[in-house]
Amino acid sequence: MSPFPLTLSALLGHWGAYVVYLIIGFAFGYVLEIAGFGNSKKLAAQFYFKDITVLKVMFSAIIVAMTLIFTASALGLLDYNLVWVNPTYLWPGILGGLIMGFGFIIGGFCPGTSMVAAATAKIDGVFFVLGVFFGIFLFGETVDKYAIFWNSSYMGRFTLPEWLGLPTGVVVLIVIFMAFFMFWGGEKLEVIFGGKDASTEPKWRYAAAGVLVLIGIFALVMGQPTVEDRWARLAPEKETVLANREVQIHPGELLSITADTSLQVVMLDVRSEADFNLFHILDAWNVPLSEIPTIIEELHLEPANTVFVTMSNDEEAATEAWKVLVAEAVPNVYILEGGINNWIATFGDNDLTKRFNAGAGEDQLCYIFDSALGERYAAAEPDAEEFELEYVPKVKLEIKRGPTSGGCG
Amino acid sequence: MTTFTPSETAVTEPVKKAERVAKDYVNPYFAGILLGVVLFLAFFITGNGLGASGGMNRMLVFLEDLLVPQHIDRTPYLIDMAGGDTNPLDSWVVFIGVGTMLGGFVSGWLNGRFKVETNKGPNISNKMRWMMAFIGGSLMGYGARMARGCTSGQALSGGAVLSVGSWAFMFAVFGGAYLLAYSMRKFWN
Repeated sequence: MSPFPLTLSALLGHWGAYVVYLIIGFAFGYVLEIAGFGNSKKLAAQFYFKDITVLKVMFSAIIVAMTLIFTASALGLLDYNLVWVNPTYLWPGILGGLIMGFGFIIGGFCPGTSMVAAATAKIDGVFFVLGVFFGIFLFGETVDKYAIFWNSSYMGRFTLPEWLGLPTGVVVLIVIFMAFFMFWGGEKLEVIFGGKDASTEPKWRYAAAGVLVLIGIFALVMGQPTVEDRWARLAPEKETVLANREVQIHPGELLSITADTSLQVVMLDVRSEADFNLFHILDAWNVPLSEIPTIIEELHLEPANTVFVTMSNDEEAATEAWKVLVAEAVPNVYILEGGINNWIATFGDNDLTKRFNAGAGEDQLCYIFDSALGERYAAAEPDAEEFELEYVPKVKLEIKRGPTSGGCG
Repeated sequence: MTTFTPSETAVTEPVKKAERVAKDYVNPYFAGILLGVVLFLAFFITGNGLGASGGMNRMLVFLEDLLVPQHIDRTPYLIDMAGGDTNPLDSWVVFIGVGTMLGGFVSGWLNGRFKVETNKGPNISNKMRWMMAFIGGSLMGYGARMARGCTSGQALSGGAVLSVGSWAFMFAVFGGAYLLAYSMRKFWN
């Protein structure tokens, strides 16, 4: 399993983890200050083409961080699934961005830089910070009047490679070269509008650009890990877990965790729609095996107390689904032991169990149904009180890795 | 034996401070690479990027919760952060914000740039600049919450992990600023 990001709260405790964020914030503030971002004049000069420090710092930072992130992901060090990617709410984002652009040129800062300005005793920075508080206050008081717009054009975790239909490595290189082009144009503008001497630009920036491109090409050649790659890395450890039957839970345990109000159980029925319609457990979600990869992002957004249980007629397809989910770092995934067949054998009444089809193939439904009644059977929602079952409980919640909110959450 | 009278120190000290020259800012590309490494480490270690307005939001909500807790509990947007017993300061982004101010302060102090002053264009008064800063800040604060993140949380962090919405947002910010830059030229030049 990719070792990063770390589960900070497990390592350092709930408040201890915040020390790491404090250090990261410190480094952030320090770098903003040495870049000159505590000075509103330097920031505003960007928009008169006199000094494009803002563009240079921002885009250098973006391309460096991006290249390192996707290289770390290609090497299997960092799990990109567990990295917070701001969900796209297209139009609120664009309108908010425009308003911020106006605020930027009127006020001379953005929120982060104004904090640095205020911390270095710039009075305009202090007024800006007060303004930000006032604006945030106004937003909190008014957003509920147009919540529909604010929540509109939601596209979830939507990335440029998905949008462009290109491999991630290619997009990384495109973004790097787009930034280089902007740097080149920006330096020309500084000469024209700012009267800068182009020869004062340091030569090492070409070397830095070259190194970055080389790393980008390396990441492209390595490629981002596929589900198969991810599974291959985990297989030695997880095959033992499967063989020891540590994650195959008894139908009785599934029934008991669905009744546990401190847990949220998501039952993923990976059979065909036809089988699902014949019989399924109440509240199960039909996601055929081939579609499992498409719901990964959604599953990552579920709260930390969620238990996922995959099920097929027996265990074969459910185990395949389990492998995909575990490879994609979905936490707390279990398999229904013996599948739906075992569930029916455990909870079905005589009407349901009498028509046993011993000749059913591997991972096929071995009971015969006349009609597709789905969950309208007593066995689809058995009463836990009626059954006295003995089983070894296996569900143990693991601490969720990776953030469930971010982007200035 | 040398002796200093208090009046002597009182005279020399301010002069020394006034003479202390603020160091130059570092090369922008160098600062950008450093910032990129910080941003990468943030994602690598924690899975989260950077953020600024979110922390400020929560500090404000913390104050509101002290003054008018009932109001918080009736406003859907605020409930998530501070409804009931929820502590709005119990969030990573608050600590990033506190760290940012500390880091900025230490760097400003070490480099001789910690100085009470108002940076402005030559043609406007201090008061005018302060007013504009407040208005601009209000727009920034409002817009940042609407866009679910500011330059740090959306443009920088979302940009580096290739979020489509963050890139659209980033171009909107630059677009908005350039759109208004010409009419604002008297304030800055």
